[in-house]
Amino acid sequence: MALPLAFFAVFFAYPVASIVSRGLKDGGQWRFGRIGEVITDPHIGHVLWFTTWQAAASTALTLACGLPGAYVFARFDFPGKRLLRAVVTVPFVLPTVVAGSAFLALLGHGGLLDELWGVRLDTTVWAILLAHVFFNYAVVVRTVGGLWAQLDPRQEEAARVLGAGRLAAWWRVTLPALGPAVAAAGLMVFLFTFTSFGVVQILGGPRYATLEVEIYQQTAQLLDLPTAAVLTLVQFAAVGVLLAVHARTVRRREATLRLVDAARTARRPQGAGQWALLASVLVFITLLILLPLAVLVLRSFDGPDGYGLAFYRALASAGDNGGTFVVAPLETIGNSLAYGLAATAIAVVVGGLAAAALTRREGRLVRGFDALLMLPLGTSAVTVGFGFLIALDEPPLDLRTSWILVPLAQALVGVPFVVRTMLPVLRAVDARLREAAAVLGASPLRAWREVDLPLVGRALGVAAGFAFAVSLGEFGATVFIARPDSPTLPVAVARLLGRPGELNYGQAMALSTILMLVCAAALLVLERVRTDRTGEF
Amino acid sequence: MLRLDGVTVGFGGRAALDAVDLDVAEHEIVCVLGPSGSGKSTLLRVVAGLQRADAGQVYLAGKDQSGVPVHRRGVGLMFQDHQLFPQRDVGGNVAFGLRMRGVARAEAERKVAGLLDLVGLPGAQRRAVAALSGGEQQRVALARALAPEPRLLMLDEPLGQLDRTLRERLVVELRGLFGRLGTTVLAVTHDQGEAFALADRVVVMRDGRIAQAGSPLEVWQRPASEFVARFLGFDNVVEAKVRGERAETVWGGIPVPTGTPEGACRVLVRPAGVRFASEGLPCVVSGRTFRGDHVALTLRPEAGPELEAAAALQTAPGVGERMRVAFDAAEVVVLP
Repeated sequence: MALPLAFFAVFFAYPVASIVSRGLKDGGQWRFGRIGEVITDPHIGHVLWFTTWQAAASTALTLACGLPGAYVFARFDFPGKRLLRAVVTVPFVLPTVVAGSAFLALLGHGGLLDELWGVRLDTTVWAILLAHVFFNYAVVVRTVGGLWAQLDPRQEEAARVLGAGRLAAWWRVTLPALGPAVAAAGLMVFLFTFTSFGVVQILGGPRYATLEVEIYQQTAQLLDLPTAAVLTLVQFAAVGVLLAVHARTVRRREATLRLVDAARTARRPQGAGQWALLASVLVFITLLILLPLAVLVLRSFDGPDGYGLAFYRALASAGDNGGTFVVAPLETIGNSLAYGLAATAIAVVVGGLAAAALTRREGRLVRGFDALLMLPLGTSAVTVGFGFLIALDEPPLDLRTSWILVPLAQALVGVPFVVRTMLPVLRAVDARLREAAAVLGASPLRAWREVDLPLVGRALGVAAGFAFAVSLGEFGATVFIARPDSPTLPVAVARLLGRPGELNYGQAMALSTILMLVCAAALLVLERVRTDRTGEF
Repeated sequence: MLRLDGVTVGFGGRAALDAVDLDVAEHEIVCVLGPSGSGKSTLLRVVAGLQRADAGQVYLAGKDQSGVPVHRRGVGLMFQDHQLFPQRDVGGNVAFGLRMRGVARAEAERKVAGLLDLVGLPGAQRRAVAALSGGEQQRVALARALAPEPRLLMLDEPLGQLDRTLRERLVVELRGLFGRLGTTVLAVTHDQGEAFALADRVVVMRDGRIAQAGSPLEVWQRPASEFVARFLGFDNVVEAKVRGERAETVWGGIPVPTGTPEGACRVLVRPAGVRFASEGLPCVVSGRTFRGDHVALTLRPEAGPELEAAAALQTAPGVGERMRVAFDAAEVVVLP
């Protein structure tokens, strides 16, 4: 527990505290009066209300769309399942800017819907909600599906035999067992949508702004640090309340579950109903997830001289970009992968230790720590990135020029994923298996390695995949701290998008396509590792 | 070998173990017998170190075990529901304890093969534990517990989930096996048949206390209290007043052994001691259960609680028949 605590103290609490105190201090004096002024501002109140209800609506919508998907991925075997699971995760790691423009191309002026039926959804709330579902579908499918696949189907069968209908059995037996995972997924989606930035910025138009967008505008455009600091605190408070509620509801429901080998619970769909369910989930995925991605890919090939590789060729050299880059954009792939791997390693170690500590210990302090781990998800990435810059630039911790700064910031966002994914599964491991190992002579550490680790290997794979994915796609913090000569893929995409001209736009699309492929490839590799390991069962 | 000295464990104000003293000698097989909730499993968990004692000491081979962690106590425990590791095959499960002790692979493999032969599952190393039947899982759990050659082997309801024939066969096999290996065994069970067949010594527990300890024969012949008698399945217990060699009860006079102290007590008559007679207590047969080699009868006397009796297959009366019974002094036990 010491290592995760130290990690959070140094790389999260310290930078954020620095930036908040810088905002609220004037000539060495604390000026808390600012807080009142900002909070009572009706504009801010409006932003807060919109932020909250759109997050709630997005979460409900994502859960409603994602749960059938989780079921299909957990219980059905069908060709291309592994590929599809990787593809579904791709949106999650796309830089929000890219996804935003993909949706714009679909729903906006001159977009696909506009051409076909004259329907435009941009600058409406629906565009934002749909884009949020697009982003977070994978969170539900992976978090809930991961546990669902390991639930013993016989539990439900037992309920059926006892006279429960199909729906009643699911409602009374499976859903309560899935409860912690559903709550974890719901919380993550809510946090993401609560702090949504790129999507709202692009699709919301001037009418809609979330807290995060407001913080960004205050920090980067208006340079109003005090207001930004207060907003950061407000966001903190809101997220804190949320986490407290979550901790209260979930603690009661987590129980020891009977876990079985995931490979044995999945089978071919049987009967018209199951095939129809599978088909409708596939159609849903095609429409909402594959279509925007396809539009994106299409645009990357749609060069000035018709379809071709013109944009991709331009990526290979630094010179063609009018000085946007010191290095060829293609090199950012290597940067991103290296940063991503380092960040994943850090996140898995820190998050794994934290999850193990949380499983073993009880009490108020531990619960507080549990909630603390989730805070980075609800904190403005802009604040974290900027905080890194101003806090970690002097001895003893002068990391400003070190490459490790980027993975550290990325890992910060990855750790909550690792903890959230591991915790339900770790808590579900029967404590008596550990006791059996101890009686046979295994020390507590050895017992963890021999019993917990193999059983949670699958969850660990999911966690690492998530950590890697969010690292690859992390933008808000990285853009502040990545050195100009070694930008990451999303940073390069944003730089390209920020420049006018068709060549830059096309290159951005091409680079986004590459980012998408890198992600899909990485996730596919992870899926392989996972099945190899679960093959032991 | 094992000595418990005033071991007390409380769960939320209720004592699961209440100042329990117990000795188990080397090579001895001791069975703790008691209804569920009597603290049997807690006793094993305290000895294994999985449960901390609130008071009292556990000594293994004369050494105080307080502060010794579970994995260094060198005891074996077979869990009630086996707790086989689902991610390992049979061989991996049995070899686990050997690996923890750093036994060389070849040596461990040889030993695993030997143990699987011993428990009647030769060549099962590569089988998945999930594919085993309940009886096979039990055998694997036993082999796993035996593999590291623990100085004390503890069994929690070792044969609980098995069908009757398998259970009866395994009891005999286990007793032979432990005798050959010279294993010291502490087992807990709620099944008296299992306990009597397996144990050198039986300890009956009630509400965290030891109600009686002794050889199976002693406990069977001379239950120390009404609780033990009823737990062993003897329900013919009645209030009595001893006068000379007779005890006066609602069932009439019952002969008691010579030297029984005078005064109020309770008297147990084992079913075998309820004989049909030409004169005696008049009863109506109210129940009749076929037991294979005999018929168990429930008799309703004119006064007092129902009586149980055993009758030979041919001569057993039918339900509703009237008869008279007398009591056999050899099957009468005076309870405090």
